[in-house]
Amino acid sequence: MIDEELVQLLTPEGERVSHPDYTSTLNSEEIFALYRDMVIIRRLCNEATSLQRQGQLALWAPLQGQEAAQIGAGRAMAPMDFSFPTYREHGIAWCRGIAPEDMLRIFRAVTTGGWDPQKYRHAVPTVVLGNQALHAVGYAMGIQRDGAEEAVLALFGDGASSQGDTLESFVWAAAFNAPVVFFCQNNQWGISTPSSLQFKVPLYRRAEGFGFPGIRVDGNDVLAVYEVTKRALENARVGGGPTMIEAYTYRMGAHTTSDDPTRYRVDAEVEVWKHRDPLARVKALLTREYNTKSSAFDDVVAEAESLALKLRVDVLAMGRPDPITMFENAYAAEHPLIEEGRREMIELGVSAGSPA
Amino acid sequence: MFLLPDVGEGLIEAEIVTWKVKVGDAVVLNQPLVDIETAKATVELPSPFAGTVRALHGEVGDVMKVNEPLVTFDVIDDETASNDQVATSAGAVALATNGESVGLNREAVLVGYGVASEEGLVTRTRRRNSAKPLSDPGLAARSVASTPSLAPRTTPPVRLYAKQRGVDLATVTGSGRGGIITRDDVEMALSPGQSRAHSGATRVTGPTTPSRFVGQEIEPWSTGLAEERIPVKGVLRSMSEAMVQSAFSAPHATVWVRSDATKTIELLEGLKKHPTFTDARLSPLVIVALAVCDAARHFPGINSSFDSSTNEVVVRRSINLGIAADTPRGLIVPNIKAADELDLLGMATSLSVLVEKARNGTTSPNEMIGTTLTITNVGPFGVDAAMPILPPGTGAILAVGQIAKAPWVVDDQVVVRHVVELSLAFDHRQIDGALASRVLRHIADFLGDPAVAMIAG
Repeated sequence: MIDEELVQLLTPEGERVSHPDYTSTLNSEEIFALYRDMVIIRRLCNEATSLQRQGQLALWAPLQGQEAAQIGAGRAMAPMDFSFPTYREHGIAWCRGIAPEDMLRIFRAVTTGGWDPQKYRHAVPTVVLGNQALHAVGYAMGIQRDGAEEAVLALFGDGASSQGDTLESFVWAAAFNAPVVFFCQNNQWGISTPSSLQFKVPLYRRAEGFGFPGIRVDGNDVLAVYEVTKRALENARVGGGPTMIEAYTYRMGAHTTSDDPTRYRVDAEVEVWKHRDPLARVKALLTREYNTKSSAFDDVVAEAESLALKLRVDVLAMGRPDPITMFENAYAAEHPLIEEGRREMIELGVSAGSPA
Repeated sequence: MFLLPDVGEGLIEAEIVTWKVKVGDAVVLNQPLVDIETAKATVELPSPFAGTVRALHGEVGDVMKVNEPLVTFDVIDDETASNDQVATSAGAVALATNGESVGLNREAVLVGYGVASEEGLVTRTRRRNSAKPLSDPGLAARSVASTPSLAPRTTPPVRLYAKQRGVDLATVTGSGRGGIITRDDVEMALSPGQSRAHSGATRVTGPTTPSRFVGQEIEPWSTGLAEERIPVKGVLRSMSEAMVQSAFSAPHATVWVRSDATKTIELLEGLKKHPTFTDARLSPLVIVALAVCDAARHFPGINSSFDSSTNEVVVRRSINLGIAADTPRGLIVPNIKAADELDLLGMATSLSVLVEKARNGTTSPNEMIGTTLTITNVGPFGVDAAMPILPPGTGAILAVGQIAKAPWVVDDQVVVRHVVELSLAFDHRQIDGALASRVLRHIADFLGDPAVAMIAG
């Protein structure tokens, strides 16, 4: 991948490359830890896909191919930073300490959330495209007024970058110099819309027009993603204002389990990106530069397998919530329309035992 | 028991495309079982159990309803280790199955779109005689056990079938589950004289052997329905949609030529004796495929498509060579990827693999997309020529007729030669008659002296 605009510290072959602005600060243990994160989240994601195919989840949004973008960004966050995800941010959620089974609850339709956003400093998934960018900027403006030394990570994809909400959030972030980092995973496909249809200039260059810096990073290079995100978050925490990061990556699988990418893209393209696999290059680096033993890699695989099995058991054991509970969290305070719906449902006698 | 899940947010059915396991196979958790095609996607279903496949509840081409049984397993269960137990992978619920009765576990039903257990209901239907699920399974089961209902219980397609055949359903005893009258029951009720409802006074006779049509076996003229309706699905749907799309978007034009292929036949005879080719399946089609690739290398414009969404013509310098294949399931057009990079042996091997897969029904969806040029070989059917329709998104398709001995003029003498008729249909939006003619002439010359053409390049 030869692109002068792209920040890359590790090539697809696992060779280190130098960059004028960024240098990897991580030691072997830290790099191995990132590798472990990526192996585990890929395996958990595959298990979730299988569970969906077996009728145990209503839907799943696979992240395969985007492990480095998510793990690199997730690990770059400080404990008190706050992230606002889409429905595909399982790697970020993993870094925030959220239990895998909790990530799947919303996809099994047993909750509208899955975790306590305050506890993990990670909002619940937003399915409406780009909407969370506004939430993120609003939150960032709030902590700015609190004087907190925290930063916000607004996560979205190339598809959401065409949404009004996202662009509006850029305007607000710039106008108020909000402590927010816009982290866009450009996985090249907005469902079946190729990114070439969405951008007439590279996505990261849009930021300049809004009044803050944009940077494109190799989204399949976990070392580069980590350094670029870390610096952008630090800059935001000390009043430096917003940054937009375009993590240039590829969605190896389907948009969601309801999608069939073979209908709109060719194998040849997928083959090209297979050679840019985010995990393989780190493994190559660890093996060559640090002589990491194959048994260490085997241990990670085994750990991922057991976590996948635990995830399956946990998901199969999830109970059915009483449908009436869906009215409880729509509004913080009582709302006449919601109350009316709730009453009607009680009158109809719908309960957890009824067919959905 | 693995019930067909809703894999795409609110789907009600899916068609079985390929089974990847068979009865008796040992499977591990998440091992691919089957490819299914829904309204949205073709997807692979991984096994929710580790164990042995006891039964597959549908055949390739069957349309299955969501939440119907798909596969029954003998599950490896740590607690009982019994082959008679069918249990979920979590070991939480053990279900006994015997014969047709199926116990469904609510936990196994898709969350969000699940339904209550459907004990006693028809569990598998083909679309052509699909049973409409009853709204209250409990009620249905009770009514079967006690008093007969007013109208004879059957399904709408069987009711229509009976009406067409003049069978009064009140006189028919149902043998289906819960006393439902099946198509077979109607057949049984027919006296031999009634076998054609519309025959009238004069009996029409005809062949009595079944024939194949749209990828399935249909009844012969003498015993079949006066009018039969076949749902458009699977391969038939793909063919019909592709042909309509192409016929009404790409203006077709055709050029054709008769050509002396004697040297092609002689070359093949010679090559078959050579040790390199003893195992290869050499046929004239192999030479034709090489000729098409060679022509495209000389005239890249023929390997093009018209992209109306961007108003551009796309020229491709790599050939995915489509081969129209007559398979038991119907017409499919798998392609050989990067066919232009293949030599004689490579082409022969690729063609035989392609044909083998098409025949066995193991052609993958990926092998059917991205075709750039196509060959349809109508020669084996004993006809001379065809004016084919382009597969959508391709620039040209070559039809090859039979290679037969015919009088041919060589040096002002009439001699017997192996003659073939070739026709090339092309998308006239971007390809004109001059280019198509040059390409076809190139192919004809290649077949006229393939050894020279291959060596000279």
